[in-house]
Amino acid sequence: MIEFYVNKLPVSFEGPEDTPLLWVLRDHLKLKGSKFGCGIGSCGACTVHLDGRAKKSCTTRVSTVAGKQVTTIEGLASTDGTLHPVQQAWIDEDVSQCGYCQTGQIMSAVDLLANNSSPDDDDIAKKMNNLCRCGTYIRIRKAVHRASELMTEAD
Amino acid sequence: MVFMKARNATQIDQGRRKFLVGGLTATGGFLLGVPVLNLVAEEQSNGGGSIGFFVEIKPDNRVIIGVAQPEIGQGVKTSMPMLVAEELDVDWSAVTVRQMPLGIVKTADGYTWKYGGQGAGGSTAVTDNWEYLREVGATARQMLVMAAAEHWSVPRAQCHTEPGIVVCDTLGARLSYSELAARAAKLPVPEEKPVFKDLSDHRIIGKPQKVVDAREIVTGKSRYGIDAEMPGMRYAAIERCPYLDGTLASVDDSAARQVPGVLDVFPVDGPKPGEPYLILASGVAVVADSTWAALQGRRALKINWNKGPHANENTASFWKQTTDLLAGTGQVVRDDGDFDQALAQAETVIEARYEIPFVNHAPLEPQNCIVSIEQDRALVIAPTQMPSGANRAVAAVTDLPRENIQVEMTRVGGGFGRRLTNDYVAEAAMISKKIGAPVKLQWSREDDVKHDFYRPSGMHEMRAGVDEQGQITAWTQRLASAGKYYRRPNVKPEDQFKPELYVDDFPAQIIENLRVEWLEVQSGVPRGSWRAPAHTANAFVVQSFLDEIAHASGRDPLQLRLDLYGEDRELAYGQHGGPVFNPFRLSRLLKQVAKSIDYGTARPAGRAVGIASHFTFGGYGAHAVEVTVSKAGELTIERIVAAVDCGVVVNPLGVEAQLEGGTIDGLSTALNLEITVQDGQIEQSNFHNYRLLRMKDVPIQFETHVMPWGDKPTGMGEMGLPSLAPALTNAIFNASGVRIRKLPIKDQLKKALS
Repeated sequence: MIEFYVNKLPVSFEGPEDTPLLWVLRDHLKLKGSKFGCGIGSCGACTVHLDGRAKKSCTTRVSTVAGKQVTTIEGLASTDGTLHPVQQAWIDEDVSQCGYCQTGQIMSAVDLLANNSSPDDDDIAKKMNNLCRCGTYIRIRKAVHRASELMTEAD
Repeated sequence: MVFMKARNATQIDQGRRKFLVGGLTATGGFLLGVPVLNLVAEEQSNGGGSIGFFVEIKPDNRVIIGVAQPEIGQGVKTSMPMLVAEELDVDWSAVTVRQMPLGIVKTADGYTWKYGGQGAGGSTAVTDNWEYLREVGATARQMLVMAAAEHWSVPRAQCHTEPGIVVCDTLGARLSYSELAARAAKLPVPEEKPVFKDLSDHRIIGKPQKVVDAREIVTGKSRYGIDAEMPGMRYAAIERCPYLDGTLASVDDSAARQVPGVLDVFPVDGPKPGEPYLILASGVAVVADSTWAALQGRRALKINWNKGPHANENTASFWKQTTDLLAGTGQVVRDDGDFDQALAQAETVIEARYEIPFVNHAPLEPQNCIVSIEQDRALVIAPTQMPSGANRAVAAVTDLPRENIQVEMTRVGGGFGRRLTNDYVAEAAMISKKIGAPVKLQWSREDDVKHDFYRPSGMHEMRAGVDEQGQITAWTQRLASAGKYYRRPNVKPEDQFKPELYVDDFPAQIIENLRVEWLEVQSGVPRGSWRAPAHTANAFVVQSFLDEIAHASGRDPLQLRLDLYGEDRELAYGQHGGPVFNPFRLSRLLKQVAKSIDYGTARPAGRAVGIASHFTFGGYGAHAVEVTVSKAGELTIERIVAAVDCGVVVNPLGVEAQLEGGTIDGLSTALNLEITVQDGQIEQSNFHNYRLLRMKDVPIQFETHVMPWGDKPTGMGEMGLPSLAPALTNAIFNASGVRIRKLPIKDQLKKALS
């Protein structure tokens, strides 16, 4: 049995140890916000945070997260419903088209901003490597800047 | 096929008003919509009850508006209800949007559709529903005004509405819609068609409205097909034959059955070569108690495949076939004036051949579907662009009556034309039927890349004659391609060309002596509709060739286009997006993008701009691109200016989103994307070798212009894409002297300049 934390709550998983974290989250814990896109850690639709850093959950074996803190998109907003500034920025800039990749994009952006509070366009180009098939990159770029402003204002 | 559907929807529009009825909800609200009515008894339909209504006014003043089309990222879930809300006259913030299921109804002579066409394809939703959905909203408003007038005992003319309220001008009294709901629900639907607001009075249409599901999306609560579940559901995956039209020879499933969680393993029969595709391939299904167990069981299968009839097909043999075909003659599908004579008399003859590859749709949500087949009915939850096709697919697998097959629509993680076909729904139905339980079928990314209805590939031979004054006097386009209508027995051989060459496209009716010809390439690669279907190929070819003509005859590419497009006038256009095409609207866009990108301003060596424009399905698009090409052939895209004219703009934010996304799709595809075949198998498999564009390749300088026209909207899903590729390659030529005639561009520049 593998025990770890998801969105600060203790959870356990008794299935095969090589099961990717993504499928544990989706099939067993019914947290559907992390998406399956490629299964090879390329597109980033499955991005979660592992001990606070962005991680592709489709290529992360559940056995490797034992005892660790996993944060998914469902755990990003405050419990009172207040959105994370990155989520708010995504709404403000009307980023989503089909929306499928956006939870992963947001998790990547939160990680980027945690390490660089005011990224420039080059920083965003380097760090925001998740795939968006609808091509919302222009608005993602704006939303990262907007989130940076929101987070600075909040400080 | 989708386009026939769109025309049906328009026809239904004219008669749909008589299906509108009003009614009262259990809690005293007001409903207006299209229940089954007198077409059939209610029990013969699915999705009955209040779900059949477009508009519901709740006692607390909230308004629920239904949307019949699936949301694939094109924005219909926002734009369609905007049309209703505008004429209903409510605050947009009071509106909640509800996704309708498929509204199939059995009639004496077949089936009809309660809400009209529900497909998402061909950029038709806004165009087809512009009149109808505004009428739904206006009719509900009409009834609320009637109810208020009755209550106050005043003539209706003394009443008007403000958002959510009816006001009596003479009494100075006000009643909210919710207060009027019960009374309005008892009124008959008025027979006379309501009067629409003037465009200038719009409060919602034409104003930027954000995606209605934005909060659900950013919090991970939005439900896609892949997120749906059914009680007792199993999980399934299919290992499909990698050979085009290959079959299963033998399978050793002993190891697969040992995988914990695997419940069953059995073959799935694919279509016979040449026959219509209910599904795409033969394979072996693995059923399990979780997605991962199904995928692991599948990995443990040991399979021998029969390689099938296309085992010798490869991309090189495909191009040899096109070249051989072009040496002969094909089907002349348009022949204006006297092309041969005009060409013989021309001062200059310009010729070029262009190659368009197969491409994969690659929606980010891999195909999936949940089906529950029961004895006398079925339930389907699917991410689909064509819910009626999902219903038909299950009927074909089960022989169940279509009215007993319920299709629920989810939000869809991208469409791009892939989900116009419902092969994955048929597969899930086959599995559910076999195991007698609900099943969720999950495709992998590899499945999606290797098994698709790819955008058709072909070679275009262009030839033009120019006279001494630089006028184009003769024009021909000869296309050897693998058409998308093959394996469709209902399409006559002489009509196979129709989705490959739209015969009324520019420059027809502008260049007097014009011939268009099609030659059919044989290939085992499945083909289908890919965003802006043949417009992506033909815009690249025609707009590249215009530049080639301009350079060969010493004319400016922009001026050449403006001269050809000419004055403001409507030309007949018989294909999808017609009935008319006004090339002047392209000129207007071109002038804008040329101005924005400083066309005509001298630039340093290696840096230049290119332009292009194209008419797609009723909408008009243009691009200007500025690039730098280094001496070593490194390409930098400095700047993109995109412009679109989709008539009346319903949602400016949505239109800009589609223009941005379409442009990036065009860029991604032109730069890197192709599907190739080796020994009868698709070579690409996942995003490492099918390299869609990422953030780092999107230029910082990116400008969009939305230029309204007239009093009717057109769709917006596809218009933003076709002119990007030729604008880019025209810029590359101007910067480097290298003419790209084969897509994708990939490393051609480095090779040409090394």
